[in-house]
Amino acid sequence: MFRDTTLRRRRAVISAAVALTLLGAGCGSDEKKTESTTAGTTAATTAATTGATTAATTAATTAGSTAATTAGTSAEPPSGDTCVDGDSVELGFLNSTSGVMAISEQTVRDSLMLAAEEINAAGGIMGKQIKWIEEDGQSEPTIFAEKINKLLTEDEVAAVFGGWTSASRKAMLPVVEGANGLLFYPVQYEGLEASKNIYYTGATTNQQIIPAMDFLKSKGVATLFLAGSDYVFPRTANKIIKQYAKELGIEIVGEEYVPLDSDDWTTQVAKIAAAKPDFVFNTINGSSNVGFIKAYDEAGLGPDNSPIISVSIAEEEAPSMGVDLTGQFAAWNYFESVDSPANATFIKAFQAKYGADRPTSDPMEAAYTSLYLYKNMVEKAKSFCVDAVNAASGGVTFDAPEGTVTVNGENHHIAKTGLIGQINADNQFDIVWTSDGPIEPDPFLEGYSWWDPNAG
Amino acid sequence: MNVLTTPLLTGTATGAILLLAALGLTLTFGQMGVINMANGEFLMVGAYSAYVTQQVISSPGISTVIALPIAFVVAGLLGLLLEASVIRWMYRRPLDTLLVTVGVSLVLQQLAQDVFGAQGDPVTAPSWLGGRISVFGYEWPHRQLFTIVLAIGSLGALNAVLKYSSFGRRIRATVQNRELAETVGVSTRNVDRITFFLGSGLAGVGGVAVALISGTNPTLGTSYIIPAFLVVVVGGVGQLKGTVIAAWAVGVVTAFLTDQISGSWAQVITFALVVVFLTVRPQGLFTVRTRSLA
Repeated sequence: MFRDTTLRRRRAVISAAVALTLLGAGCGSDEKKTESTTAGTTAATTAATTGATTAATTAATTAGSTAATTAGTSAEPPSGDTCVDGDSVELGFLNSTSGVMAISEQTVRDSLMLAAEEINAAGGIMGKQIKWIEEDGQSEPTIFAEKINKLLTEDEVAAVFGGWTSASRKAMLPVVEGANGLLFYPVQYEGLEASKNIYYTGATTNQQIIPAMDFLKSKGVATLFLAGSDYVFPRTANKIIKQYAKELGIEIVGEEYVPLDSDDWTTQVAKIAAAKPDFVFNTINGSSNVGFIKAYDEAGLGPDNSPIISVSIAEEEAPSMGVDLTGQFAAWNYFESVDSPANATFIKAFQAKYGADRPTSDPMEAAYTSLYLYKNMVEKAKSFCVDAVNAASGGVTFDAPEGTVTVNGENHHIAKTGLIGQINADNQFDIVWTSDGPIEPDPFLEGYSWWDPNAG
Repeated sequence: MNVLTTPLLTGTATGAILLLAALGLTLTFGQMGVINMANGEFLMVGAYSAYVTQQVISSPGISTVIALPIAFVVAGLLGLLLEASVIRWMYRRPLDTLLVTVGVSLVLQQLAQDVFGAQGDPVTAPSWLGGRISVFGYEWPHRQLFTIVLAIGSLGALNAVLKYSSFGRRIRATVQNRELAETVGVSTRNVDRITFFLGSGLAGVGGVAVALISGTNPTLGTSYIIPAFLVVVVGGVGQLKGTVIAAWAVGVVTAFLTDQISGSWAQVITFALVVVFLTVRPQGLFTVRTRSLA
């Protein structure tokens, strides 16, 4: 019977192992979520952790009060007070410079510092030199919440710039609203949010997903296959895509999801090969993209017989696939290849400061733009006071590298031009489609009659 | 036919990688009572070996072949280091090894991230793996066939070592009764070390196959360690035969469910099936006949 004891002990150990593994799986996938964004300049896509419903609720509660100027907790400034004394203004740069997100968020920090130096050299904001305080979000939403609280209440900065994952933004939202501060968030995301204390300078869905569908329609696409990672951003995006496809008369011939922490796409790609769609809409995020693109290539699929349009592959990701992506498409609001004097100046300044081998990407450009927009808002308001800035923000423009952008004073997003790029042999994007001018931001898709948030 | 052939073939290829990841686990647990949660990181190390080799030898065709022994040795040596520095202090304390190796796996992931960056690195597949064979209407990628051949080759080599070499006899003696083996002059310390080397090395070889699927990234091991443990538990600890069958079964069932339902549900249902299986047969498919007293 001794043997039995051994066995029983082993069994106990095994169950413990399995339990711990499961536990590890939980943490692991969480970690992956953030990590994946890393891989994607991708960005907001990370959305994740907080469910779409929460997003909707938060949004609903905040949207109404968007324009309200009295809700703040800070004391109403006496007239003539600009809320900042002296000859300098302090701003907070809150990005992850450690942890899994550091690789992406450091690029945002770099372009924020570039913008601040440029503005200082040109005389500052309302004649005040920018002094920035750097904080590290450590790739942890809770740290973001702590640090933004410190910046707003201890350092009393005039505004904070940063955040990347939707999880980090959602963690900062209650803090920045409670302190009636300002946050400029530079990454495209899943929409369905509008806080009077946050300015969203990345795209919402009607500036990236919907233009991509318009592009497909213009290409005469009749059948579409949806491939995405299994979390809130792809699920939300595909919900929009399916409803809009119905409107456009495009048939969805398949919809496949793979968990974020799974890289093996072979089975799903076999389904794409069998369905033979005109186009594949790719909302996969992070390292899973590599598995998808490789399996796609292995199955003999490519731009010639089965083109893909992606919303998470940009200048930095394209070369890291191990497969030549030439000829495939991506939807963004900025490419390094945008041909404008403002972009040429931006790239030249960025590469002069950080090195000629550094690509510029959509979130970096959105961060750079956010600081200039803030400058223009303050100068229009003639005050750094949050309520005054909010009251003045509507209609503020900036001639950004991506083109002219305009702040929407109601929902605090910005009008941006939708762009479709086709990857060339240098892993840059040739712009093949441009929306008719900048698209007004519509985070809740209220202007789209076909949109029904409650439909499946 | 596609309904059956696609999941069967892709599942077998997935099972092949699971097998390479699970062999090390089953060997070390069966022999030393060590639960090595860092085994997934040896896959990661193997994948990065493939990447580094490709940086040195740019031809993917040659570098992939050379990467196999390199990954085996690099991951094996790392396993040896882990054994010598940490594990050997806690033999026969499985729960302690479990906790310690979880820590080790986190350390290794962070190390990889500091050295190579959080963004994954590309590994280009050789052109001779780019083709496909048509099997009952499914265009089967050569890469999957290669993975299966790799696993069968590694398994055959391991089996030959265990069966026919004097060293293999010493391993088997140690697994069956450590004290008695020591009494007749087997240095169980050395046996343990070499077993650890072999098990980690095999995971490294599996890592090369993973690199061909998805390139490299620091957390690559985490998505394989869980299914690998399932395989060990289902197969029965310390048994090659059981591990092989379980790896194949888990791979095919997951692929079939992925094909029929979805990738996310496949993971859930596979887990549920394993739980049901273990309530019916808690010892797994096969058990080691041990002659030890405790």
